[in-house]
Amino acid sequence: MTINEKQDEIIEEFDLFEDQLDKTQYIIDLGKKLPPMPESARTDQNRIMGCQSKVWVDAELKGDRLHFYGDSEPTAQISKGLVSLLIRVLSGEKPEDIANADLYFIPRVGMGNLITSLRSGGLASMVERMKAFGRAYAQQTVTVQDPSNA
Amino acid sequence: MQSAIENTLDIEQIRRDFPVLDQTVNGRPLVYFDNAATNQKPLPVIHALTRYYEGYNANIHRGIHHLAEQATAAFEASRRAVQSFLNAKHWEEIIFTYGTTDGINLVAQTYGRRFLGKGDEIIISTMEHHSNIVPWQMLCEERGCILKVIPVDDNGELILEEYEKLLSERTKFVSVVHVSNSLGTINPVKTIIDLAHGVGAVVLIDGAQASSHLELDVQALDTDFYVFSAHKLYGPTGMGVLYGKKEILDAMPPYRGGGEMIKEVTFEKTTYNDLPYKFEAGTPNIADVVAVKTALEYMAGLGKENIAAHEHDLLQYATEQLSELEGLRIIGQAKHKIGVISWVMDGIHHQDTGVILDQQGIAVRTGHHCCQPLMQRFGITGTTRASFAVYNTKDEVDRLVTGLRRVQKMML
Repeated sequence: MTINEKQDEIIEEFDLFEDQLDKTQYIIDLGKKLPPMPESARTDQNRIMGCQSKVWVDAELKGDRLHFYGDSEPTAQISKGLVSLLIRVLSGEKPEDIANADLYFIPRVGMGNLITSLRSGGLASMVERMKAFGRAYAQQTVTVQDPSNA
Repeated sequence: MQSAIENTLDIEQIRRDFPVLDQTVNGRPLVYFDNAATNQKPLPVIHALTRYYEGYNANIHRGIHHLAEQATAAFEASRRAVQSFLNAKHWEEIIFTYGTTDGINLVAQTYGRRFLGKGDEIIISTMEHHSNIVPWQMLCEERGCILKVIPVDDNGELILEEYEKLLSERTKFVSVVHVSNSLGTINPVKTIIDLAHGVGAVVLIDGAQASSHLELDVQALDTDFYVFSAHKLYGPTGMGVLYGKKEILDAMPPYRGGGEMIKEVTFEKTTYNDLPYKFEAGTPNIADVVAVKTALEYMAGLGKENIAAHEHDLLQYATEQLSELEGLRIIGQAKHKIGVISWVMDGIHHQDTGVILDQQGIAVRTGHHCCQPLMQRFGITGTTRASFAVYNTKDEVDRLVTGLRRVQKMML
Protein backbone atom coordinates (compact mmCIF):
# COMPACT_ATOMS: atom_id res chain seq x y z
CA MET A 1 0.00 0.00 0.00
CA THR A 2 1.39 3.45 -0.82
CA ILE A 3 1.65 6.27 1.69
CA ASN A 4 -1.39 7.93 0.15
CA GLU A 5 -3.43 4.74 0.14
CA LYS A 6 -2.71 4.29 3.83
CA GLN A 7 -3.69 7.91 4.48
CA ASP A 8 -6.97 7.43 2.58
CA GLU A 9 -7.68 4.34 4.66
CA ILE A 10 -7.16 6.26 7.91
CA ILE A 11 -9.39 9.12 6.71
CA GLU A 12 -12.12 6.58 6.01
CA GLU A 13 -11.75 5.06 9.48
CA PHE A 14 -11.97 8.46 11.17
CA ASP A 15 -15.02 9.40 9.11
CA LEU A 16 -16.94 6.86 11.17
CA PHE A 17 -16.64 9.11 14.21
CA GLU A 18 -18.71 12.25 14.50
CA ASP A 19 -17.42 13.32 17.88
CA GLN A 20 -13.88 14.55 18.49
CA LEU A 21 -13.80 12.56 21.74
CA ASP A 22 -14.45 9.34 19.82
CA LYS A 23 -11.60 10.17 17.46
CA THR A 24 -9.34 10.78 20.43
CA GLN A 25 -10.44 7.48 21.98
CA TYR A 26 -9.52 5.75 18.72
CA ILE A 27 -6.08 7.40 18.75
CA ILE A 28 -5.55 6.29 22.36
CA ASP A 29 -6.55 2.71 21.48
CA LEU A 30 -4.12 2.70 18.55
CA GLY A 31 -1.39 3.83 20.92
CA LYS A 32 -2.15 1.00 23.31
CA LYS A 33 -1.54 -1.47 20.47
CA LEU A 34 1.86 -0.01 19.53
CA PRO A 35 4.61 -2.44 20.57
CA PRO A 36 6.88 -0.86 23.20
CA MET A 37 10.27 0.36 22.12
CA PRO A 38 13.26 -1.28 23.85
CA GLU A 39 14.54 0.76 26.77
CA SER A 40 17.92 1.06 25.02
CA ALA A 41 16.33 2.98 22.13
CA ARG A 42 14.78 5.60 24.42
CA THR A 43 17.83 7.78 24.19
CA ASP A 44 18.10 11.55 24.22
CA GLN A 45 19.15 11.31 20.59
CA ASN A 46 15.84 9.64 19.69
CA ARG A 47 13.75 11.96 21.83
CA ILE A 48 11.44 14.34 20.00
CA MET A 49 11.83 17.81 21.37
CA GLY A 50 8.81 20.09 21.39
CA CYS A 51 6.50 17.57 23.04
CA GLN A 52 5.26 18.31 26.56
CA SER A 53 5.46 14.57 27.15
CA LYS A 54 8.41 12.33 26.37
CA VAL A 55 8.27 10.75 22.91
CA TRP A 56 10.96 8.77 21.08
CA VAL A 57 11.24 7.75 17.43
CA ASP A 58 13.92 5.59 15.80
CA ALA A 59 14.33 4.21 12.30
CA GLU A 60 16.09 1.26 10.68
CA LEU A 61 16.76 0.62 6.99
CA LYS A 62 15.88 -2.88 5.82
CA GLY A 63 16.72 -3.32 2.15
CA ASP A 64 15.45 -0.20 0.46
CA ARG A 65 12.70 0.41 3.03
CA LEU A 66 12.76 2.43 6.21
CA HIS A 67 11.07 1.02 9.30
CA PHE A 68 10.06 3.22 12.22
CA TYR A 69 9.77 2.49 15.93
CA GLY A 70 8.23 4.84 18.40
CA ASP A 71 7.06 5.15 21.96
CA SER A 72 6.05 7.65 24.61
CA GLU A 73 6.29 7.75 28.36
CA PRO A 74 3.60 5.31 29.59
CA THR A 75 1.03 7.90 30.65
CA ALA A 76 1.16 10.01 27.49
CA GLN A 77 -1.28 7.95 25.51
CA ILE A 78 -2.46 10.52 22.99
CA SER A 79 1.13 11.17 21.92
CA LYS A 80 1.68 7.45 21.63
CA GLY A 81 -1.41 7.10 19.47
CA LEU A 82 -0.23 9.90 17.19
CA VAL A 83 3.17 8.23 16.84
CA SER A 84 1.49 4.95 15.99
CA LEU A 85 -0.58 6.62 13.24
CA LEU A 86 2.52 8.18 11.72
CA ILE A 87 4.35 4.87 11.88
CA ARG A 88 1.44 3.16 10.15
CA VAL A 89 1.60 5.69 7.30
CA LEU A 90 5.35 6.02 6.87
CA SER A 91 6.92 2.76 8.04
CA GLY A 92 7.98 0.31 5.35
CA GLU A 93 8.30 2.98 2.70
CA LYS A 94 11.26 4.19 0.66
CA PRO A 95 13.25 6.95 2.35
CA GLU A 96 12.73 9.43 -0.48
CA ASP A 97 8.97 8.80 -0.45
CA ILE A 98 8.97 9.49 3.30
CA ALA A 99 11.01 12.65 2.85
CA ASN A 100 8.60 13.93 0.20
CA ALA A 101 5.33 12.70 1.72
CA ASP A 102 2.42 15.12 1.91
CA LEU A 103 0.68 14.07 5.11
CA TYR A 104 -2.74 15.39 4.20
CA PHE A 105 -4.50 12.94 6.50
CA ILE A 106 -3.60 15.01 9.57
CA PRO A 107 -5.92 17.95 8.86
CA ARG A 108 -8.45 15.70 7.09
CA VAL A 109 -9.15 13.51 10.12
CA GLY A 110 -9.69 16.58 12.26
CA MET A 111 -6.45 16.28 14.16
CA GLY A 112 -5.74 19.95 13.57
CA ASN A 113 -7.72 20.59 16.74
CA LEU A 114 -5.60 18.06 18.58
CA ILE A 115 -2.38 19.63 17.36
CA THR A 116 -3.56 23.00 18.59
CA SER A 117 -4.43 21.49 21.94
CA LEU A 118 -1.04 19.85 22.17
CA ARG A 119 0.21 23.34 21.57
CA SER A 120 3.90 22.61 21.64
CA GLY A 121 3.88 21.45 18.04
CA GLY A 122 4.61 17.95 19.25
CA LEU A 123 2.95 16.28 16.27
CA ALA A 124 4.72 18.59 13.83
CA SER A 125 8.02 17.70 15.52
CA MET A 126 7.28 13.98 15.14
CA VAL A 127 6.55 14.42 11.42
CA GLU A 128 9.66 16.51 10.99
CA ARG A 129 11.85 13.90 12.70
CA MET A 130 10.48 11.06 10.57
CA LYS A 131 10.99 13.04 7.37
CA ALA A 132 14.51 13.90 8.50
CA PHE A 133 15.19 10.16 8.82
CA GLY A 134 13.80 9.77 5.29
CA ARG A 135 16.06 12.52 3.93
CA ALA A 136 19.12 11.19 5.73
CA TYR A 137 18.65 7.63 4.46
CA ALA A 138 17.75 8.83 0.96
CA GLN A 139 21.07 10.68 0.78
CA GLN A 140 22.89 7.70 2.21
CA THR A 141 21.47 5.49 -0.55
CA VAL A 142 22.76 7.92 -3.17
CA THR A 143 26.15 7.93 -1.47
CA VAL A 144 26.32 4.13 -1.49
CA GLN A 145 25.34 3.94 -5.11
CA ASP A 146 27.69 6.66 -6.29
CA PRO A 147 30.68 7.33 -4.04
CA SER A 148 31.83 10.21 -6.28
CA ASN A 149 28.88 12.21 -4.95
CA ALA A 150 30.07 11.91 -1.38
CA MET B 1 -11.27 26.04 54.64
CA GLN B 2 -14.25 27.67 56.30
CA SER B 3 -15.63 30.72 54.63
CA ALA B 4 -16.59 33.43 57.09
CA ILE B 5 -18.50 35.59 54.65
CA GLU B 6 -21.76 34.52 53.13
CA ASN B 7 -21.73 34.63 49.39
CA THR B 8 -24.32 37.16 48.25
CA LEU B 9 -23.39 37.63 44.60
CA ASP B 10 -25.82 36.98 41.76
CA ILE B 11 -23.46 34.97 39.59
CA GLU B 12 -25.86 34.58 36.66
CA GLN B 13 -26.20 38.35 36.52
CA ILE B 14 -22.41 38.77 36.74
CA ARG B 15 -21.88 36.29 33.92
CA ARG B 16 -23.82 38.58 31.62
CA ASP B 17 -21.02 41.14 32.06
CA PHE B 18 -18.58 38.69 30.44
CA PRO B 19 -19.64 38.12 26.82
CA VAL B 20 -16.74 35.74 26.15
CA LEU B 21 -18.29 33.15 28.45
CA ASP B 22 -21.37 32.83 26.27
CA GLN B 23 -20.03 30.48 23.63
CA THR B 24 -19.64 26.81 22.84
CA VAL B 25 -16.27 25.11 22.45
CA ASN B 26 -16.19 21.80 20.61
CA GLY B 27 -19.96 21.78 20.68
CA ARG B 28 -20.27 22.24 24.44
CA PRO B 29 -20.80 25.36 26.55
CA LEU B 30 -17.43 26.83 27.54
CA VAL B 31 -16.20 26.31 31.08
CA TYR B 32 -13.31 28.70 31.67
CA PHE B 33 -11.12 27.51 34.53
CA ASP B 34 -7.81 29.08 33.46
CA ASN B 35 -8.22 32.25 35.47
CA ALA B 36 -4.84 32.06 37.16
CA ALA B 37 -3.30 32.52 33.72
CA THR B 38 -5.62 35.40 32.91
CA ASN B 39 -9.22 36.07 33.73
CA GLN B 40 -11.94 37.34 31.42
CA LYS B 41 -12.86 40.99 31.03
CA PRO B 42 -16.23 42.50 31.93
CA LEU B 43 -18.06 44.83 29.56
CA PRO B 44 -17.24 48.00 31.52
CA VAL B 45 -13.50 47.31 31.04
CA ILE B 46 -13.95 46.54 27.35
CA HIS B 47 -15.99 49.73 27.00
CA ALA B 48 -13.35 51.78 28.81
CA LEU B 49 -10.82 50.66 26.20
CA THR B 50 -13.07 51.50 23.27
CA ARG B 51 -14.13 54.82 24.89
CA TYR B 52 -10.48 55.82 25.08
CA TYR B 53 -9.76 54.99 21.44
CA GLU B 54 -13.04 56.41 20.17
CA GLY B 55 -13.04 59.49 22.31
CA TYR B 56 -9.72 60.83 23.53
CA ASN B 57 -6.75 58.85 22.24
CA ALA B 58 -3.72 61.10 22.64
CA ASN B 59 -0.22 60.94 24.01
CA ILE B 60 0.00 62.04 27.60
CA HIS B 61 1.85 64.62 29.71
CA ARG B 62 3.32 66.59 26.81
CA GLY B 63 0.40 67.74 24.70
CA ILE B 64 -1.34 71.02 25.39
CA HIS B 65 -4.46 70.20 23.43
CA HIS B 66 -7.82 69.02 24.72
CA LEU B 67 -7.45 65.30 23.98
CA ALA B 68 -3.98 65.18 25.52
CA GLU B 69 -5.33 66.75 28.69
CA GLN B 70 -8.21 64.30 28.83
CA ALA B 71 -5.91 61.32 28.30
CA THR B 72 -3.42 62.59 30.87
CA ALA B 73 -6.17 63.13 33.42
CA ALA B 74 -7.56 59.63 32.88
CA PHE B 75 -4.07 58.12 33.06
CA GLU B 76 -3.25 59.87 36.31
CA ALA B 77 -6.69 59.08 37.73
CA SER B 78 -5.82 55.42 37.24
CA ARG B 79 -2.64 55.95 39.24
CA ARG B 80 -4.68 57.38 42.11
CA ALA B 81 -7.10 54.45 41.84
CA VAL B 82 -4.21 52.00 42.14
CA GLN B 83 -2.79 53.98 45.06
CA SER B 84 -6.09 53.59 46.83
CA PHE B 85 -6.36 49.90 45.84
CA LEU B 86 -3.00 49.19 47.47
CA ASN B 87 -3.39 51.80 50.20
CA ALA B 88 -0.06 53.31 49.20
CA LYS B 89 0.97 56.42 51.11
CA HIS B 90 2.02 58.48 48.06
CA TRP B 91 0.73 58.49 44.49
CA GLU B 92 4.32 58.71 43.25
CA GLU B 93 4.91 55.23 44.63
CA ILE B 94 2.81 53.71 41.84
CA ILE B 95 4.87 52.90 38.74
CA PHE B 96 3.08 51.55 35.68
CA THR B 97 4.85 48.59 34.09
CA TYR B 98 3.97 46.02 31.48
CA GLY B 99 3.19 43.37 34.07
CA THR B 100 4.45 41.51 37.13
CA THR B 101 7.52 40.14 35.34
CA ASP B 102 8.42 43.61 34.11
CA GLY B 103 8.15 44.99 37.65
CA ILE B 104 10.42 42.30 39.12
CA ASN B 105 12.97 42.86 36.37
CA LEU B 106 12.87 46.59 37.01
CA VAL B 107 13.69 46.09 40.68
CA ALA B 108 16.39 43.49 39.97
CA GLN B 109 17.99 45.65 37.32
CA THR B 110 17.90 48.98 39.15
CA TYR B 111 17.81 48.36 42.88
CA GLY B 112 19.73 45.10 42.48
CA ARG B 113 22.53 46.47 40.31
CA ARG B 114 22.93 49.59 42.42
CA PHE B 115 22.72 48.13 45.92
CA LEU B 116 23.58 44.43 45.75
CA GLY B 117 27.09 43.10 45.34
CA LYS B 118 29.43 40.20 45.76
CA GLY B 119 28.47 37.81 48.55
CA ASP B 120 25.14 39.50 49.28
CA GLU B 121 22.36 36.98 49.70
CA ILE B 122 18.96 37.06 48.01
CA ILE B 123 16.21 34.80 49.33
CA ILE B 124 13.38 33.49 47.18
CA SER B 125 11.17 30.41 47.72
CA THR B 126 10.67 27.02 46.09
CA MET B 127 7.17 28.01 44.95
CA GLU B 128 8.25 30.97 42.85
CA HIS B 129 7.14 31.47 39.29
CA HIS B 130 10.09 31.56 36.88
CA SER B 131 9.68 35.32 36.65
CA ASN B 132 10.63 35.61 40.31
CA ILE B 133 13.60 33.26 39.90
CA VAL B 134 15.33 34.14 36.65
CA PRO B 135 15.77 37.93 37.15
CA TRP B 136 17.52 37.19 40.46
CA GLN B 137 19.66 34.47 38.93
CA MET B 138 20.70 36.92 36.23
CA LEU B 139 21.56 39.48 38.89
CA CYS B 140 23.52 36.94 40.93
CA GLU B 141 25.52 36.01 37.88
CA GLU B 142 26.30 39.62 37.11
CA ARG B 143 26.94 40.90 40.62
CA GLY B 144 28.22 37.80 42.40
CA CYS B 145 25.26 37.56 44.80
CA ILE B 146 24.09 34.27 46.27
CA LEU B 147 20.56 32.94 45.81
CA LYS B 148 18.98 31.07 48.74
CA VAL B 149 15.68 29.23 48.56
CA ILE B 150 13.00 28.71 51.24
CA PRO B 151 11.81 25.08 51.08
CA VAL B 152 8.19 23.96 50.84
CA ASP B 153 6.58 21.15 52.88
CA ASP B 154 4.40 18.33 51.56
CA ASN B 155 1.24 20.41 51.94
CA GLY B 156 2.69 23.13 49.76
CA GLU B 157 3.42 25.59 52.57
CA LEU B 158 6.66 27.46 53.08
CA ILE B 159 8.73 26.13 55.97
CA LEU B 160 9.19 29.30 58.00
CA GLU B 161 11.70 27.78 60.44
CA GLU B 162 13.95 27.10 57.46
CA TYR B 163 13.42 30.65 56.24
CA GLU B 164 14.55 31.97 59.62
CA LYS B 165 17.69 29.84 59.38
CA LEU B 166 18.49 31.34 55.97
CA LEU B 167 18.22 34.89 57.27
CA SER B 168 21.41 36.62 58.41
CA GLU B 169 23.16 39.95 58.14
CA ARG B 170 24.24 38.79 54.67
CA THR B 171 20.60 38.72 53.54
CA LYS B 172 20.05 41.88 51.52
CA PHE B 173 16.92 41.08 49.58
CA VAL B 174 13.90 38.78 49.93
CA SER B 175 11.53 38.23 46.99
CA VAL B 176 8.57 35.96 47.62
CA VAL B 177 5.25 35.23 45.99
CA HIS B 178 2.14 36.27 47.92
CA VAL B 179 -0.01 33.46 46.50
CA SER B 180 1.30 30.43 44.60
CA ASN B 181 -0.02 30.25 41.04
CA SER B 182 0.22 26.48 40.90
CA LEU B 183 -0.80 25.45 44.44
CA GLY B 184 -3.01 28.32 45.53
CA THR B 185 -1.12 28.63 48.83
CA ILE B 186 -1.48 32.02 50.53
CA ASN B 187 1.88 32.79 52.09
CA PRO B 188 2.24 34.57 55.45
CA VAL B 189 3.88 37.55 53.80
CA LYS B 190 3.56 39.87 56.78
CA THR B 191 5.70 37.48 58.85
CA ILE B 192 8.13 37.04 55.97
CA ILE B 193 8.50 40.80 55.58
CA ASP B 194 8.93 41.44 59.32
CA LEU B 195 11.59 38.75 59.63
CA ALA B 196 13.45 40.13 56.60
CA HIS B 197 13.34 43.65 57.99
CA GLY B 198 14.71 42.24 61.22
CA VAL B 199 18.01 41.59 59.44
CA GLY B 200 17.84 44.78 57.40
CA ALA B 201 16.81 43.19 54.11
CA VAL B 202 14.56 44.78 51.51
CA VAL B 203 11.46 42.84 50.43
CA LEU B 204 9.54 42.41 47.18
CA ILE B 205 6.21 40.61 47.13
CA ASP B 206 4.98 39.11 43.85
CA GLY B 207 1.25 39.76 43.96
CA ALA B 208 0.34 38.38 40.52
CA GLN B 209 -2.14 35.89 41.93
CA ALA B 210 -3.04 37.70 45.12
CA SER B 211 -4.21 41.00 43.70
CA SER B 212 -7.63 39.86 42.52
CA HIS B 213 -8.38 37.69 45.54
CA LEU B 214 -7.04 39.32 48.69
CA GLU B 215 -7.41 42.69 50.36
CA LEU B 216 -4.12 44.52 49.92
CA ASP B 217 -2.58 47.14 52.15
CA VAL B 218 1.08 47.82 51.41
CA GLN B 219 1.41 50.12 54.44
CA ALA B 220 0.08 47.49 56.83
CA LEU B 221 2.31 44.89 55.22
CA ASP B 222 5.22 47.34 55.34
CA THR B 223 6.53 45.78 52.15
CA ASP B 224 9.22 47.64 50.23
CA PHE B 225 7.96 46.55 46.81
CA TYR B 226 4.75 44.96 45.58
CA VAL B 227 4.12 43.95 41.96
CA PHE B 228 1.08 42.72 40.06
CA SER B 229 -0.50 42.53 36.60
CA ALA B 230 -3.83 44.06 35.62
CA HIS B 231 -4.92 41.18 33.41
CA LYS B 232 -5.36 38.92 36.41
CA LEU B 233 -7.83 41.29 38.04
CA TYR B 234 -10.36 41.64 35.23
CA GLY B 235 -8.23 44.32 33.58
CA PRO B 236 -6.37 44.49 30.29
CA THR B 237 -3.19 42.65 29.33
CA GLY B 238 0.18 44.34 28.99
CA MET B 239 -0.26 46.53 32.03
CA GLY B 240 1.05 46.08 35.53
CA VAL B 241 2.04 47.94 38.64
CA LEU B 242 5.18 48.26 40.67
CA TYR B 243 4.62 49.74 44.10
CA GLY B 244 7.75 50.85 45.90
CA LYS B 245 8.41 52.87 49.02
CA LYS B 246 9.17 56.41 47.95
CA GLU B 247 12.53 56.70 49.65
CA ILE B 248 13.72 53.46 48.04
CA LEU B 249 12.41 54.36 44.58
CA ASP B 250 14.08 57.77 44.91
CA ALA B 251 17.42 56.11 45.57
CA MET B 252 17.14 53.78 42.60
CA PRO B 253 18.60 54.66 39.20
CA PRO B 254 16.26 54.73 36.18
CA TYR B 255 15.72 51.57 34.20
CA ARG B 256 15.06 52.46 30.59
CA GLY B 257 16.02 55.72 28.92
CA GLY B 258 13.89 58.10 26.90
CA GLY B 259 10.54 59.83 26.88
CA GLU B 260 8.92 60.94 30.12
CA MET B 261 11.77 59.72 32.34
CA ILE B 262 14.03 62.69 31.57
CA LYS B 263 14.05 66.21 32.95
CA GLU B 264 16.69 67.75 30.73
CA VAL B 265 18.96 66.25 28.13
CA THR B 266 22.17 67.66 26.75
CA PHE B 267 24.89 65.61 25.14
CA GLU B 268 26.97 66.18 28.25
CA LYS B 269 24.45 65.15 30.87
CA THR B 270 20.85 64.12 31.38
CA THR B 271 18.91 64.82 34.51
CA TYR B 272 16.13 62.45 35.36
CA ASN B 273 12.53 63.22 36.06
CA ASP B 274 10.92 62.77 39.46
CA LEU B 275 8.91 59.77 40.60
CA PRO B 276 6.99 58.05 39.19
CA TYR B 277 7.97 59.26 35.71
CA LYS B 278 11.62 58.38 36.22
CA PHE B 279 10.65 54.75 35.66
CA GLU B 280 8.12 55.23 32.87
CA ALA B 281 10.24 55.65 29.76
CA GLY B 282 8.58 56.03 26.38
CA THR B 283 4.89 56.24 25.61
CA PRO B 284 3.15 54.08 28.17
CA ASN B 285 0.31 51.67 27.61
CA ILE B 286 -2.23 54.49 27.99
CA ALA B 287 -5.50 52.77 27.07
CA ASP B 288 -4.81 49.80 29.30
CA VAL B 289 -3.71 51.95 32.21
CA VAL B 290 -6.91 53.96 31.86
CA ALA B 291 -9.01 50.78 31.78
CA VAL B 292 -7.45 49.37 34.93
CA LYS B 293 -9.29 51.99 36.95
CA THR B 294 -12.54 50.61 35.56
CA ALA B 295 -11.43 47.07 36.45
CA LEU B 296 -10.73 48.14 40.04
CA GLU B 297 -14.10 49.87 40.22
CA TYR B 298 -15.79 46.77 38.84
CA MET B 299 -14.22 44.60 41.52
CA ALA B 300 -15.00 47.13 44.22
CA GLY B 301 -18.61 47.19 43.01
CA LEU B 302 -18.92 43.46 43.56
CA GLY B 303 -16.96 43.65 46.79
CA LYS B 304 -13.62 41.93 46.95
CA GLU B 305 -14.67 40.02 50.07
CA ASN B 306 -17.75 38.72 48.23
CA ILE B 307 -15.60 37.60 45.30
CA ALA B 308 -13.19 35.89 47.69
CA ALA B 309 -16.06 34.16 49.52
CA HIS B 310 -17.56 32.89 46.27
CA GLU B 311 -14.22 31.58 45.03
CA HIS B 312 -13.65 29.97 48.41
CA ASP B 313 -16.98 28.15 48.11
CA LEU B 314 -15.97 26.88 44.69
CA LEU B 315 -12.57 25.74 45.97
CA GLN B 316 -14.13 23.91 48.86
CA TYR B 317 -16.72 22.26 46.62
CA ALA B 318 -14.14 21.33 43.96
CA THR B 319 -11.78 19.92 46.59
CA GLU B 320 -14.56 17.70 47.94
CA GLN B 321 -15.71 16.57 44.51
CA LEU B 322 -12.27 15.93 43.05
CA SER B 323 -11.18 14.06 46.17
CA GLU B 324 -13.83 11.46 45.39
CA LEU B 325 -12.17 10.52 42.11
CA GLU B 326 -10.06 7.42 42.47
CA GLY B 327 -6.38 7.87 41.66
CA LEU B 328 -6.56 11.66 41.81
CA ARG B 329 -4.09 13.43 44.09
CA ILE B 330 -4.37 17.13 44.87
CA ILE B 331 -1.00 18.88 44.89
CA GLY B 332 -1.05 21.70 47.41
CA GLN B 333 -3.16 21.23 50.53
CA ALA B 334 -2.25 24.39 52.37
CA LYS B 335 -4.55 25.60 55.15
CA HIS B 336 -4.93 28.97 53.47
CA LYS B 337 -5.58 28.85 49.75
CA ILE B 338 -7.19 30.94 47.05
CA GLY B 339 -9.39 29.35 44.40
CA VAL B 340 -6.70 27.30 42.67
CA ILE B 341 -6.71 23.52 42.63
CA SER B 342 -3.94 21.46 41.05
CA TRP B 343 -3.87 17.68 40.69
CA VAL B 344 -2.27 14.63 39.13
CA MET B 345 -4.06 11.41 38.18
CA ASP B 346 -2.57 7.92 38.29
CA GLY B 347 -1.60 6.60 34.87
CA ILE B 348 -2.72 9.72 33.00
CA HIS B 349 -0.49 12.46 31.61
CA HIS B 350 -1.66 15.98 32.46
CA GLN B 351 -1.36 16.96 28.82
CA ASP B 352 -3.81 14.26 27.79
CA THR B 353 -6.16 15.39 30.56
CA GLY B 354 -6.06 18.94 29.20
CA VAL B 355 -6.72 17.83 25.62
CA ILE B 356 -9.72 15.69 26.53
CA LEU B 357 -11.18 18.33 28.84
CA ASP B 358 -10.80 20.87 26.04
CA GLN B 359 -12.70 18.56 23.74
CA GLN B 360 -15.50 18.78 26.30
CA GLY B 361 -15.33 22.58 26.29
CA ILE B 362 -13.44 22.86 29.58
CA ALA B 363 -10.40 25.16 29.67
CA VAL B 364 -7.79 24.27 32.28
CA ARG B 365 -4.05 24.71 32.42
CA THR B 366 -1.66 21.80 32.26
CA GLY B 367 2.09 21.57 32.66
CA HIS B 368 4.63 22.97 35.06
CA HIS B 369 2.93 26.40 35.31
CA CYS B 370 6.34 28.08 34.93
CA CYS B 371 7.30 26.66 38.33
CA GLN B 372 9.64 23.85 37.36
CA PRO B 373 11.59 23.81 40.66
CA LEU B 374 8.31 23.41 42.55
CA MET B 375 7.27 20.52 40.31
CA GLN B 376 10.68 18.93 40.98
CA ARG B 377 10.02 19.37 44.71
CA PHE B 378 6.88 17.23 44.37
CA GLY B 379 8.57 14.75 42.01
CA ILE B 380 6.20 15.46 39.13
CA THR B 381 6.54 17.02 35.69
CA GLY B 382 3.32 18.96 35.87
CA THR B 383 -0.26 19.11 37.04
CA THR B 384 -3.69 19.90 35.72
CA ARG B 385 -4.94 23.12 37.28
CA ALA B 386 -8.37 24.64 37.59
CA SER B 387 -8.48 28.21 38.87
CA PHE B 388 -11.63 30.10 39.67
CA ALA B 389 -12.95 33.60 39.12
CA VAL B 390 -16.11 35.36 40.22
CA TYR B 391 -18.14 34.14 37.24
CA ASN B 392 -17.53 30.42 37.81
CA THR B 393 -20.24 28.17 39.24
CA LYS B 394 -20.65 24.87 41.06
CA ASP B 395 -22.37 23.49 37.95
CA GLU B 396 -19.14 24.11 36.10
CA VAL B 397 -17.21 22.24 38.80
CA ASP B 398 -19.64 19.34 38.23
CA ARG B 399 -18.86 19.53 34.51
CA LEU B 400 -15.16 19.30 35.36
CA VAL B 401 -15.71 16.22 37.51
CA THR B 402 -17.78 14.55 34.78
CA GLY B 403 -15.09 15.53 32.29
CA LEU B 404 -12.39 13.95 34.44
CA ARG B 405 -14.41 10.75 34.79
CA ARG B 406 -14.53 10.66 30.98
CA VAL B 407 -10.74 11.14 30.86
CA GLN B 408 -10.27 8.20 33.21
CA LYS B 409 -12.67 6.04 31.24
CA MET B 410 -10.82 6.77 28.01
CA MET B 411 -7.34 6.29 29.40
CA LEU B 412 -7.51 3.49 31.91
